[in-house]
Amino acid sequence: MANKRIEIVQDILNVNDQIAVETNKLLHSKHIFSVNIMASPGAGKTSVILKTLQELSPAIRCAVLEGDTAPVTIDSEKVTGIGIPAIQINTGGDCHLNANLVSKGIQALDLDNLDFVLIENVGNLICPASWKLGTDMNVVIASIPEGDDKPYKYPNIYRGIQALVLNKIDLKPYVDFNVPFFKDGIRALNTDVQFFEVSAKTGEGISDWADWLKTKIKEVK
Amino acid sequence: MHELSVTEEILRKAEEIVEQEQAGKVTDIFLEIGKLSGIIDESVQFYWDFISKDTVCAEAKLHFKFIPARIHCEDCGNEYELEHDLIPCPTCSSMNIKIAGGDEFILKSIEVEK
Repeated sequence: MANKRIEIVQDILNVNDQIAVETNKLLHSKHIFSVNIMASPGAGKTSVILKTLQELSPAIRCAVLEGDTAPVTIDSEKVTGIGIPAIQINTGGDCHLNANLVSKGIQALDLDNLDFVLIENVGNLICPASWKLGTDMNVVIASIPEGDDKPYKYPNIYRGIQALVLNKIDLKPYVDFNVPFFKDGIRALNTDVQFFEVSAKTGEGISDWADWLKTKIKEVK
Repeated sequence: MHELSVTEEILRKAEEIVEQEQAGKVTDIFLEIGKLSGIIDESVQFYWDFISKDTVCAEAKLHFKFIPARIHCEDCGNEYELEHDLIPCPTCSSMNIKIAGGDEFILKSIEVEK
């Protein structure tokens, strides 16, 4: 009996990342732009997404992948309710979407008739950060009641994002939320990030954010 | 609980090595976990004990080495490690900082018994 040490040095998360790269290639071959939207539960992800889709559709042909931990269709029904195709991805209790689940969801879409795919990740500020999905952009929706210290306490989720949408700004008068302090934290984690201040309730700021998305979608056309 | 899929990948790789080396079993597995990787060693161990049963890895011991989160200050060039929260540069108080390491989750090596 002899023991033998075999050097490997393999990045375990790489397996996920390789599938993500394939997904991105597939979407680009169809000239489809894609976004991964992350947020904590209750940040207003679905509300912001619905308002955004209403600004984009029907000029831009959209579809949504809805990530949820349990087989609930509340969110996807809201999306199909405004006439946009949605596919529910049930993670089976897992706290985040991964590239494999997303790849299957993407393949179930009618890719020849789409310009834009939006992925609503599972509501969670910790786990989704480690898992690339193959989208062109990562976006975090934060909200005023969550507090301005979240980039400092959960730096991982705010890294590698191209846009930060700060929701519920209609609550600013009632909450001590230091916007410059919050933005400093986000900028420390991302060299180039766009900020949008919105309220899904009043509709304020939604069109600025949607217009910016439109220019990004056109870039892959 | 996202450690299940990564733990399965470790098992898959270990079984592949056993076949490659025509070894009898795996005795040790060496892993490196970056503090920012979002991977918890206790969860990996929990799933490992469960999924490695009745495999060539049933007796394999997992060894974890932890890699701290490293921050580089863009203003003064200082490099420092994070304990918990994201903090400004302790030397010059700048928030113009970038993450320089601590993301990794690496299967470093495997020891098998021939």
